Amino acid sequence: MIEFINETLRIFSLAFMQRALIVGCLVSLCASLLGVNMVLKRYSMIGDGLSHVGFGALAVATALRLSPLWVSIPVVVVVAFFLLRLSENSKIKGDAAIALISASSLAIGSVILALSTGMNTDVCNYLFGSIVSMTDADVYLSVALSVIVLLLYVLFYNRIFAVTFDETFAKATGVKANLYNMLLAVLTAVTVVLGMRMMGALMISSLIIFPSLSAMRICKRFGSVVIVSAVLSLGSFLVGMIVSSIAATPTGASVVIVNLIAFLVFWAIGKIKGGNAR
Amino acid sequence: MSLIKVTDLSLAYDTGRAVTELNFEVNDGDYLCIVGENGSGKSTLIKGLLGLKKPQGGTIEFSDGLKQTEIGYLPQHSSIQKDFPASVWEVVISGTQNADIGYRPWYTQSQKATAQSWMEVLGIEDMAKKGYGELSGGQQQRVLLARALCATKRLLLLDEPVAGLDPLVTQDMYAILRTLNHEKGLSIVMISHDIQSAVQEASHILHLHNTMLFFGSTAHYVSCSVGRRYLGGEQQ
Repeated sequence: MIEFINETLRIFSLAFMQRALIVGCLVSLCASLLGVNMVLKRYSMIGDGLSHVGFGALAVATALRLSPLWVSIPVVVVVAFFLLRLSENSKIKGDAAIALISASSLAIGSVILALSTGMNTDVCNYLFGSIVSMTDADVYLSVALSVIVLLLYVLFYNRIFAVTFDETFAKATGVKANLYNMLLAVLTAVTVVLGMRMMGALMISSLIIFPSLSAMRICKRFGSVVIVSAVLSLGSFLVGMIVSSIAATPTGASVVIVNLIAFLVFWAIGKIKGGNAR
Repeated sequence: MSLIKVTDLSLAYDTGRAVTELNFEVNDGDYLCIVGENGSGKSTLIKGLLGLKKPQGGTIEFSDGLKQTEIGYLPQHSSIQKDFPASVWEVVISGTQNADIGYRPWYTQSQKATAQSWMEVLGIEDMAKKGYGELSGGQQQRVLLARALCATKRLLLLDEPVAGLDPLVTQDMYAILRTLNHEKGLSIVMISHDIQSAVQEASHILHLHNTMLFFGSTAHYVSCSVGRRYLGGEQQ
């Protein structure tokens, strides 16, 4: 036991691990909060689509030797606006459009990477995540953006609830629902880009969807869903991180598996309680 | 005093057709029922009144201190996700968000008091902590009505408030609306398929069929040719 703790402490004293830990915790928090709204508004696929677009943007940034975050964040935000518009107008078309954009971005990104740097471990890192990829500058930017995301979420919590629960009513009472939808999309886009290099483009959306789905198995109030999913997301990330560093498994995948286990446990509890589980 | 005055209003449907030449007004204390067949423009008119749809022509004037965003709206029951994780309290108090001018990050004491008092009026104060999804259809409808009441001091706009409710709960709902209209002095505009109850409950009737077939008092409606035909048709 003591050996285990010592090993954990040793791992977390490494500089790159600390960077990963800070960014990972903040991104997990942001993703879990926004995830509640994305899942309830039936926008889960948008998170997935955005991560693929993020992959394409990262590839372009790498090829042009530009800062990955500064290129991909604006691109993904713009696509988020676009996808949201599509989903509002027609559900089926939006679905198809997301699939189209996902696959196209993935293809463009892969081709650009292959042409510029050759198909090497970079591609693998982008797709499945890597914790060693972050520089100090990335960490500062990630921390600043995460804090903004969290702050905006807390400040506009009531409005976000109203718009998520019943958009028509909110609009009728003069709440600018479209503005808050946009806000959610932008915050999600930023979160996806921040988290995807650690979690991987293929797995970042699970960070958005899993914690809130798990929380909804046992919680009946919106407030408790938000809090439980935040705590759960943070816990899953830390456990996944420790497991991955000790067992030498990929970080992103390990976090997703911990989230999956948590979901199954919550689902079982929900079933046994017979409460809100479906 | 007139709360809403609609003059020569025409509105386009989502499908491109239109409801045209609407002229009516809602006065303080009125109980107006909007009747007509499916696709006659009732829901489009509601959207117009709420400001969710821009008129193609004509005007909707709000007066006597009523603003468009101060209408208490009860949407069709089916428009809300049944499994949405929200407590009764969270749903009801979200209706107060227009009452305050401008944005507040947290609910004020007066917003909480408003939500609490309407929940007491509707007899749902014991359910505050329950999940919205756990309630029966009639209870959910009361919760949404309480939310609508939090959003207004003057006027309720109800879209098929009794659709999908069983007969006893339907009678309860009408009784609640009667109380709100008579004792609390709220004006009511309601879309209804239930023409028999409409003529029993409402003070005024607006009969739509892509244009206005009738607008006037209920007493006048039941004796005029449009009303007699529609009521007769329903009874067969």
